[in-house]
Amino acid sequence: MKAIAARRHHRHAPMVLLLLALLMTGGLYAAFAPSAVSAAAPSEDDIAAGRALFIANCATCHGPSAEGRDDVPSLIGVGAASVDFQVGTGRMPMQMDGPQAAAKPPQFDQEQINQLAAYVASLGPGPAVPSAQQVDPALGDAANGGALFRTNCAMCHGAIGAGGALTEGKWAPSLADSTPTQVYTAMVTGPQSMPVFNDANLTPDEKRDIIAFLEEQHRGSPGGITLGSLGPVGEGVWVWIVGMGLLIGASVWIGAKSS
Amino acid sequence: MSQTTAQRAAAGTADYLDQRTGISKAVKGFARKIFPDHWSFLLGEIALYSFVILIISGIFLTMFFVPSMGLIVYEGPFAPMNGLEMSEAFASTLALSFEVTGGLLMRQIHHWAALLFIAAIVTHMMRVFFTGAFRKPREVNWVVGFVLLILGMAAGFTGYSLPDDVLSGNGLRITDGVVKSIPVAGSYMSYMIFGGEFPGEHIIPRLFTLHILVIPGLILALIGLHLFLVVLHKHTHFPGPGRTQRNVVGFPLFPVYVAKAGGFFFIVFGVLALMAATMTINPVWNYGPYDPSPIGAGAQPDWYIIFLEGALRLMPGNTEYVIGGFTLSLNVLIPAVIIPGILFTLLAVYPFIEAYATGDKKEHHLLDRPRNAPVRTATGVAILTAFFVLLLAGANDIIATHFSMSLNDITYIFRASLLIGPFIAFWITKRICLGLQRKDRELVLHGHETGRIMRLPHGEYIEVHKPLDEFERWTLVQHEPNRPIEPAPQHDERGVRRKGYRRDAIRARVSRFFYEDRVEPVTPQELSRAQAHHHGPEGLVGTGDGTVASVDHGTTDAYRSVQAGDAGTGQGPVPSPAGERER
Repeated sequence: MKAIAARRHHRHAPMVLLLLALLMTGGLYAAFAPSAVSAAAPSEDDIAAGRALFIANCATCHGPSAEGRDDVPSLIGVGAASVDFQVGTGRMPMQMDGPQAAAKPPQFDQEQINQLAAYVASLGPGPAVPSAQQVDPALGDAANGGALFRTNCAMCHGAIGAGGALTEGKWAPSLADSTPTQVYTAMVTGPQSMPVFNDANLTPDEKRDIIAFLEEQHRGSPGGITLGSLGPVGEGVWVWIVGMGLLIGASVWIGAKSS
Repeated sequence: MSQTTAQRAAAGTADYLDQRTGISKAVKGFARKIFPDHWSFLLGEIALYSFVILIISGIFLTMFFVPSMGLIVYEGPFAPMNGLEMSEAFASTLALSFEVTGGLLMRQIHHWAALLFIAAIVTHMMRVFFTGAFRKPREVNWVVGFVLLILGMAAGFTGYSLPDDVLSGNGLRITDGVVKSIPVAGSYMSYMIFGGEFPGEHIIPRLFTLHILVIPGLILALIGLHLFLVVLHKHTHFPGPGRTQRNVVGFPLFPVYVAKAGGFFFIVFGVLALMAATMTINPVWNYGPYDPSPIGAGAQPDWYIIFLEGALRLMPGNTEYVIGGFTLSLNVLIPAVIIPGILFTLLAVYPFIEAYATGDKKEHHLLDRPRNAPVRTATGVAILTAFFVLLLAGANDIIATHFSMSLNDITYIFRASLLIGPFIAFWITKRICLGLQRKDRELVLHGHETGRIMRLPHGEYIEVHKPLDEFERWTLVQHEPNRPIEPAPQHDERGVRRKGYRRDAIRARVSRFFYEDRVEPVTPQELSRAQAHHHGPEGLVGTGDGTVASVDHGTTDAYRSVQAGDAGTGQGPVPSPAGERER
């Protein structure tokens, strides 16, 4: 101890202390940070099958080791959740180049998607696919989910997730047909223009509340046909087409001579 | 002849009322009022009936709506809102939608009727504008109608803001921004309107008072004035045989138009009830209680305010300047105050501009066919084009998602369209009007093409043209052409410069803009000349059915634009009218 005390005014002491502090912070974070390990650890066979699929379908753009290149992101560390979302909604493999990858019918079945996800997850730690319980709308609070949705999501996806426009031809898609798992994985991975809503930002319970709120929307509108839930623009179009259309028709009928 | 009990009772009641009020004179006068037949004369009635429906459904809504910004925690049948903090205004709107029997239907009828009210006003106004029904003596009634349009928009906007949902709160926030963009007075005005910093606790009760008392009261009074002036001036009618500036040809109010117009009310009510029963409008339960932090994509006002939203969306945002510590927000002031100011002022004063250009002090009870007033029609189309571009710009995000276009590109396209679109629309419309007028001249002078080709003895092929009957011809030649005013000479007979010459010269220039390019109706001289030409010895052809058709040798003279100096309008025989006359 005496030796350390003697050197406490050494000019490298602050540096050493700083390194120690950083080491401790990092160590604590590693110990307490949310674990990204998925429930059922994938087998080596899955990873191998996933790698084969990857080489055949994805490596053209993302590179043979998923390291990415110029405008193609690296997949090291994106996690299984990202694969489950991008491949599960058909966004990947990308149909064509454009402002943003469009959803299409998925190209792989769920087993193949799981294998791909296992391979990508094996490249580096990342968000895992949520468990069924984590995305069960019945366990969520739709009222709280609605409030969270309005604050965090509605500015792009619209008041109830009907979708909206972004800049330069990009768009926030409609959430009407998204599964609870897709909503969850989108939040944790932040695909394309979407920001990441990690567990410190929205806790897993809050994510489930949002899922519950979105599930509520499947009940339809108490007021009748939703008109696409587009808001006043849609209503304005229909008042001219249906309202003025029918009434001008009636005017022509009334104004016509009986002879 | 014996009377039934019912007839005796009706006669007795009528006599009782007449002896005490002298009402029979008024009833007789009104019952004999003539209303001309044309579908476009019923557009104003759609607006009137929508307003009646607005009042009826609005009274119902006031029974349950609580105009308060006091905060409560919602506990009610709509589960996705349970436990949320919200204003009493929003909670009572939810209660109206989900607890009050028939409440949601009434809310939806009220809102659809509001959209229809303005749509009908705008359509009615287009009819009045394009047919020139605003000319003397109806200029004042045009202004009354214009004020009704503005009041209708104000009624709509105040009502839209009442439920205190996120969407309408966003609208109020924009209003706040627009008010604050007014130099110097803006921030004081905003504090006055909101009773402090936005959103405050006063705006909903204030809007409520405006929405249910002040604005509808004004609208009601002005509708009374509007209809009184219609009765006073008598209705206009479209030109046709037997229709003159001194009569109205149509059917009496009683019984024909009482039945037609009375029935039309129920048709309007039926259409609104159908829409309200089947189509969701303003689902406030989707938007949630107002909170200044969130905003939803697709946040737009109702359709009649979208042009303001569009102007704001089109304006480049970098036009805000700080001068000596004061912020001048041209990025808000120009689109939200100046552009609509120009469009609406032009609309309001147009009758006076046109009267200035024509120098015409005569009364006009015969409507114009839009083609016969090319500059007016073109001006109207130009204003509508600007309005429509702004409307589309307000919906740019919906266009982007539904047509897979880039929002940025749409904005650039609309910016350019707003600046040049009205001028292109003006030019095209004017050309189309002039072309249609030339087509009319051609028809009058040469008749309809029959498609029958004949071969003359010397081998020439000709097409047989069938002359117009006098009813059809009358409609095409009856109008009086407007010609540019020539200013009086600059110097009087003694060579002294005349006072007021400059003013006359400006007026002449405006008048030239309106009437320099024109196609005048066929004169009787031209008609007889054309007929003599066609019926000349080598042109006379029997059509086989006993009538004599004219033969067209060349149509170049029909396309000639006539300049000033030709004789007046065609004074063909006036065929007798159908229906009854008044005036």
